[in-house]
Amino acid sequence: MRPYLLKGHERPLTQVKYNAEGDLLVSCAKNLQPCLWYADDGRRVGTYEGHNGAVWTCDFTLDSSRLITSSADQTVRVWNLPTGQELHQIRMNEPCRACHLSVGEQLLAFTTDSFMGSPPQLHLVDMDLQDFGERQGSAPKASYTAPKGRITRVYFTDCNRQLITSHDGGWVRRWDTETGDMLQEVQVHEDAIQDMQVSPDGSYVITASLDKTAKLVDIASLETLKTYKTGRFVQSAAISPLYDHVLLGGGQDASQVTTTSAKAGGFEARFYHKVYAEEFGNVRGHFGPINSVAFAPDGRSFTTGGEDGYVRIHHFDMDYFTTRFF
Amino acid sequence: MAAVTELDPLEVARSLFRDQPAGFPYENFDLEELILPEDDDMGIRSDEDEEEEEELETETGFGSVIVVDCLPVVPEDKHEKLANVLKKIYSQIGNVREGGIFMPKDANNMSKGFAFVEFFSPQEAQAARAQTDGYKLDKNHTFKVSMFDDFDRYAKVPDVYAAPEIKEYSAAENLHSWMLDKLSRDQFAIKYGDEVVVMWNDGRRFRSEEAYKRTYWTESFVQWSPMGNYLATMHRQGVAVWGGPSFQRLARYSHQNVQLIEFSPAEKYLMTYSSIEPTNPREKVQVALNVFDTRSGKKLRIFAGNMEDYAIGSSAGPGGALRWPIFKWAGGLEDKYFARLAKGAIKIYETPEMTQLDKKDLKLEGVQDFEWSPAEPLLAAYTQEVGDRPANITLYRIPERTNVRSKQLFNVSDVKIFWHPQGDYLAVKVDRFTKTKKSTYTGFELFSIREKDIPMDVLELPNKSEKVLSFAWEPKGHRFALVHGDSARPSVSFYSMKDDKGKLGVKHLGTLANKACNGIHWSPMGHNIVLSGLKALNGQLEFFNVDEFEVLAAAEHFMATDVEWDPTGRYVASSVTSIHQMENGFNMWSFNGKLLYTMPRDRFGQLSWRPRVPSLLPREKEEEIRKGLKEYSRRYDEEDEALLLQADADVLQERAKQQEEWDAAAAARQEYAAQLRAFYEATYGEAAKEKEYSMTTVVVEQLLDVREEPYNA
Repeated sequence: MRPYLLKGHERPLTQVKYNAEGDLLVSCAKNLQPCLWYADDGRRVGTYEGHNGAVWTCDFTLDSSRLITSSADQTVRVWNLPTGQELHQIRMNEPCRACHLSVGEQLLAFTTDSFMGSPPQLHLVDMDLQDFGERQGSAPKASYTAPKGRITRVYFTDCNRQLITSHDGGWVRRWDTETGDMLQEVQVHEDAIQDMQVSPDGSYVITASLDKTAKLVDIASLETLKTYKTGRFVQSAAISPLYDHVLLGGGQDASQVTTTSAKAGGFEARFYHKVYAEEFGNVRGHFGPINSVAFAPDGRSFTTGGEDGYVRIHHFDMDYFTTRFF
Repeated sequence: MAAVTELDPLEVARSLFRDQPAGFPYENFDLEELILPEDDDMGIRSDEDEEEEEELETETGFGSVIVVDCLPVVPEDKHEKLANVLKKIYSQIGNVREGGIFMPKDANNMSKGFAFVEFFSPQEAQAARAQTDGYKLDKNHTFKVSMFDDFDRYAKVPDVYAAPEIKEYSAAENLHSWMLDKLSRDQFAIKYGDEVVVMWNDGRRFRSEEAYKRTYWTESFVQWSPMGNYLATMHRQGVAVWGGPSFQRLARYSHQNVQLIEFSPAEKYLMTYSSIEPTNPREKVQVALNVFDTRSGKKLRIFAGNMEDYAIGSSAGPGGALRWPIFKWAGGLEDKYFARLAKGAIKIYETPEMTQLDKKDLKLEGVQDFEWSPAEPLLAAYTQEVGDRPANITLYRIPERTNVRSKQLFNVSDVKIFWHPQGDYLAVKVDRFTKTKKSTYTGFELFSIREKDIPMDVLELPNKSEKVLSFAWEPKGHRFALVHGDSARPSVSFYSMKDDKGKLGVKHLGTLANKACNGIHWSPMGHNIVLSGLKALNGQLEFFNVDEFEVLAAAEHFMATDVEWDPTGRYVASSVTSIHQMENGFNMWSFNGKLLYTMPRDRFGQLSWRPRVPSLLPREKEEEIRKGLKEYSRRYDEEDEALLLQADADVLQERAKQQEEWDAAAAARQEYAAQLRAFYEATYGEAAKEKEYSMTTVVVEQLLDVREEPYNA
């Protein structure tokens, strides 16, 4: 294991994300500049300057030419990924949290938090990411209101026909993209879902919750497939594209950290067997809760971003691939 | 008015002269004199008035009168003496009305063996009834006290005897069933969230098995009875006990807002406790204690009063709170006596009468603490040093109240009493003032109870200034351990009460210096001990064998708050309860410090091992088995082996089953995933084809500026 410790943010990380090929990595944090890194050796390529608030999430185009970021400064911005130039922004009146591009990258879905009396909402924007001429819509073409409670993640599913969202209060909901009707809602967790990631084949998701569990949920039926009990808050969870492994990150609530010894926090990244739901390993390093975890698309490395402001890239050693853990 | 003569004269007199002073001699009236002139009722209600209303009136009018029956029958000259005795008894409880004690006499002027006592309020009368019903005046006379109004009620009992319905006999479940487990496993109860689970500890197979589970079983905690036959659950209305293989409810004990409970050692009785905060802050906190018969659920005795009357000496916690248990049960399996501290006395009660032993306190000036021997009705009491009177440790044998041993102590600041679990020894930890009176130092007085005249040894630590943090006797042994030194890295010392040849005398066995330890937990079988550094010390555990004086294993259960040995001394459970936010659950260890399995459970409340019914083997036999353990254990090795293999097979089977289920579900999702993939490829075309990325280094030269500058040599 060769961990690279990346210090690009002075504030807690919010999300780390690989591009489709897995050579680039973007880290978003509560400071204003998301960073672009080489996933292989952790060199910094550059930063994206322009946001005026915490950046919550980001998304890539498949060809890694564009980066979408949504921020608490009430904007969603589109960047030229290699150059760092801001191409476009969508101004809202509420903090923007999750964002996701549809398959084909013609539509962008993003969510806004409830703010100054407005309810939490899901927005859809028409996008032409290659040409930002006059016609580019700077306002959503459709907005759907969600029940009370923050929308923490949003994804297009079912060939862009549906959206799946995770919420505070442990709810997972499915929506019709065209009409905005809520098709199904299930309270999967007892407490807020902090992160949700889609499996490589797109048929199920993993949810990470403050109820100290992570769960696999079928995307079509919202049925719980597996539960991973950890005994500590789970802030983020990822599914290995290579093996039947899942990676969970989290730890003691950040506001409580200084009241106990460092070890009490449980800030390890923990590996569970996806099917047996048994823990088989953990990786220490962060000295604050882990806010985001991500597997590289080839499954041969993973990245964690912590409340401590560090991003750690870990490349697995040979024995990860040769050991029979079970 | 002819009907009048057929009435009970007393009844009539009562209804007519309800405003007479208490003790009014109704019975000596000639009824004929009471008949009133026609059409003149003189304000007295006539018989024609509605009867119902009259009854009602009667009931309320005599609410503050009690009838004390089973009094001695005495001649006239002793009437006053008996009345005075009654007055003395009852004026302690409430305000007896002037002349409110009346004893009817028969024709020979002998008393009839009962008396009426009238109080100022019905509440006082109720209290008097509750407290003196069953009061023992002397050997032959035990009070039978009833409310006067109750006689009305009893009069309504139908004259024809109706046989009560005989309940169908239903065979009770075997309460000892858990002791018959083929693998001789032990049970424990855990509480987490709203669940209570009774589990089998299958340590040999590195797992536990659920025996019984129930949601919302208790509102605060569960408690095993001392012999493990009952599991008590706490509810707002009272306590319930459960037992048998299917955990049927065996009995209920009603006690509103019950907070704490205590079983007697042989579980014949159950004591429940609640305190009532007054609504008015100037009033005093009330406590209520009930004693129940465990098997029948019958309430046998009520103790009630102000908390400050119960919080005395060692029973008083910080801020005037009570320290449970208030009542301490005498040792042994008789359940014969229980006692509590009072001001300057120990109040000893005996069962099944639930009355004070010989009707008097064990008077001890300045008594601060007492403890019963766990083996017999022998109690050690500590009386405080006041002025010239030294502090005293005294052993009393009950019920004789004979002083069997006494020891005076001087310059005492505090005393703690530690009985050996089998009652063989008694250790008294004495904190004495130094000469300057500015600080204290600790010493131990050790009594050997089983020896003639109960000889005593004194133990002082080599370094007198060290604080003693904890002390524990070895169960079924002659040794004890104590933790001493400064609190961050204290030392643990072991001593024996006997030397190798069995001669009495305190002998130092050894000291472990510099241990991160704040608790000591002996195995219930002795020989092994767990040194724990809980809470602030992050859950360090050290498994130590005292016979060989070697560390078996050092381990850590991070943030552990509790350590509990199973009743056989084979396993140790360490747990993190919900006082911590995370990592709740428990770890199971073997006695030699091998981690067997862990069980994380959110909002973990408690773990309690189910106690075992005491062994029927005599101690010598147990020791013999211990000596020949190798021989015996050979028999079980094979069985263990087979169990382990089976356990492994079980785990693999379980995993295979899960994999199978997963694969089946994944196959069902296959179609959906393929559909998504097809759409993805159709949308992106060539770009969707996954490709390996490669790094190429591109050198780009860029000309920024060209400038000519003169060269100055």
